[in-house]
Amino acid sequence: MTLAAPSPTMAATSLTTLIASRRRSGLLAVAGLTLACLLLTVVAIGQGAIAIAPGRVAEILMARLTGDTSLLDGRDVLVVLNIRLPRVLLGLLVGAALAVSGALMQGLFRNPLADPGLVGVSSGAGLAAATTIVLGDRFLAGTMMKLPFAALPIGAFCGGLITTLALYLISTRGGRTSVATMLLAGVALGAMAGALTGLLSFISDDRQLRDLTFWSLGSLGGASWTKLSVVAPIVLPLLLLMPLLARGLNGLMLGEAEAYHLGIPVQRIKALAILLVALAVGASVASAGMVGFVGIVVPHLIRLSVGPDHRLLLPLSALGGAMLLVGADIVARLIVVPAELPIGIVTATIGAPFFLWLLLRRTNLIDV
Amino acid sequence: MSGSRITTAHRGLRQPNRRELMTALAYSALGLGGLALSPVLSGAALAQTPDRIVAAGGVITEVIYALGLQDRVVGVDSTSQFPPEALKQKANVGYVRALSAEGVLSLKPSLIMLIDGAGPPDAVSLLTESGVKIARISDGPTPEGVTAKIAAIGAAIGAAAPAERLAAQTKARFDELATLRSGIARKKRILFLLSLQNGRALVGGRNSSADGIITLAGGINVADAIEGYKPITDEAIAAAAPDMVLMMRNSSAHNITPDELFAMPAFSQTPAAAGKRLVHMDGLYLLGFGPRTPMAARDLMAAIYPEAAIPPLKTAAAP
Repeated sequence: MTLAAPSPTMAATSLTTLIASRRRSGLLAVAGLTLACLLLTVVAIGQGAIAIAPGRVAEILMARLTGDTSLLDGRDVLVVLNIRLPRVLLGLLVGAALAVSGALMQGLFRNPLADPGLVGVSSGAGLAAATTIVLGDRFLAGTMMKLPFAALPIGAFCGGLITTLALYLISTRGGRTSVATMLLAGVALGAMAGALTGLLSFISDDRQLRDLTFWSLGSLGGASWTKLSVVAPIVLPLLLLMPLLARGLNGLMLGEAEAYHLGIPVQRIKALAILLVALAVGASVASAGMVGFVGIVVPHLIRLSVGPDHRLLLPLSALGGAMLLVGADIVARLIVVPAELPIGIVTATIGAPFFLWLLLRRTNLIDV
Repeated sequence: MSGSRITTAHRGLRQPNRRELMTALAYSALGLGGLALSPVLSGAALAQTPDRIVAAGGVITEVIYALGLQDRVVGVDSTSQFPPEALKQKANVGYVRALSAEGVLSLKPSLIMLIDGAGPPDAVSLLTESGVKIARISDGPTPEGVTAKIAAIGAAIGAAAPAERLAAQTKARFDELATLRSGIARKKRILFLLSLQNGRALVGGRNSSADGIITLAGGINVADAIEGYKPITDEAIAAAAPDMVLMMRNSSAHNITPDELFAMPAFSQTPAAAGKRLVHMDGLYLLGFGPRTPMAARDLMAAIYPEAAIPPLKTAAAP
């Protein structure tokens, strides 16, 4: 009994220093990733199948900003302003949305395997997209087919929302949503949507089947200002409102009852998170197809590096997701020029080995 | 630029792309240095007859090659499998339904030719926006469809007269084929087997290109109860009672032999099994629905009716 126990004051001081140092390194990480993300954006706008000198790219962007139309002439202007710029911006938005949604879902469901697909958006959107691809020609012959661009994204978006709404209603009784019920019902609805999608691929012809395959691998191709102006208002609420959810999700890590007794409005947090995720992922899937992997791996990468505090996890996931998708898109655009690779292939080929390496590098096993 | 490359090297156009890619990647690693990549897009020459054509659709490529105007083509899509040198000599812009707008534009095309269903729509609208001339070619698996698309392709590339000649020649071949067909007394029943993966038969039903060529060759498609290419049950094969089974020849893998096929229970009881009647033909030749289709249909007819000694098309020899 010669060894004295550390005094409570000492423990408290070391804890506050720990928190303070975490905070500092967290802020540093936010600043660093923001900078890296900006750099990557610049590179992405500078690169493409058509070689345009960086000076010219900068000139075009500046001319656009200052409204100097004398320099805005030629095909390279179209390429930079109407092909690359909206594409990179869409990549940033979709990547951020998928990664933040993944982080929110993992926090809400307290399950490391949770991804945006868990609330049924992806399966519902996938089914709706398959329906438009396979049956679109037959049933939408009149009005919608005049807008072939619009039919699939609108269908996918609505399909995703309807599925999430159904899932929410199934798992909510007496004003309380059970995440476990939602998880299980999500698996059931996913299987149902999968079966119907399978049925559609059975009756599809080979062209439609190829369309389905390409769609399910995702692509940022065909991004346009119109698309961006529709997607941005639907995705941005998630990115802007995520600070509101961070504290609540931190509380939820202790358990639902504990969070409730801490005074956290658990039900409101759940409803808001599910709504924002459904909107953002619905819009992402509708505009870029199924881009797998971002939602599940980016939040885990961030968690492994800075810890589970959602106040840091959410913004860092947004930056990380945006970077992964824009980076993967550079590869997708350049590796088989003048063709391009579906982006889902690239995100998984880049992300999966990196994630495995990170898991192996750790000395201790992960238990979430 | 493209002309000299074609004469010098067969794999000419793919190489520089890779080099450009490496430069581009090294470049982004440096984070945008000061150097400039090869200057492009400086005053793209817009001649009256398009001399930088991107062909998206196998049949478009085939017709341009048949007209001998391949020097004007700078890019083809991945379905442009005939003639085989097309994909070796020209840049590959990817699958016809998954084109990349910037990728296509990087070839500095003066004309982009799109077959029915080329896409995706977003990429096509960006291409339209770029101001490059776009020609859309409709694609029908019928004799009329074939002659119409040859004429349309010719008109788009400023070679209307030779294309009209090719179309007229093709029509004459189809007419001769029709005469041969009318001489067939008893039509035989044909099953087109697209694949036999794991013993599961995938067959060509109604409205498939296989159905079209079987009809042209004077056969009856036994699978016309189903639409498109679909899996079919073993019993349905036996019930369909085909006189002959038609498959595509696979140059790179094992082709199923008659002995193997007719040993399978589904096929062993069919009339085709008695004479071990299994025919393999080149898939593109058979199902391409381009200028070679009348000859393909005649070859198929000769294979279906070996006893009738179907003569080669007399019109086929004409230049």
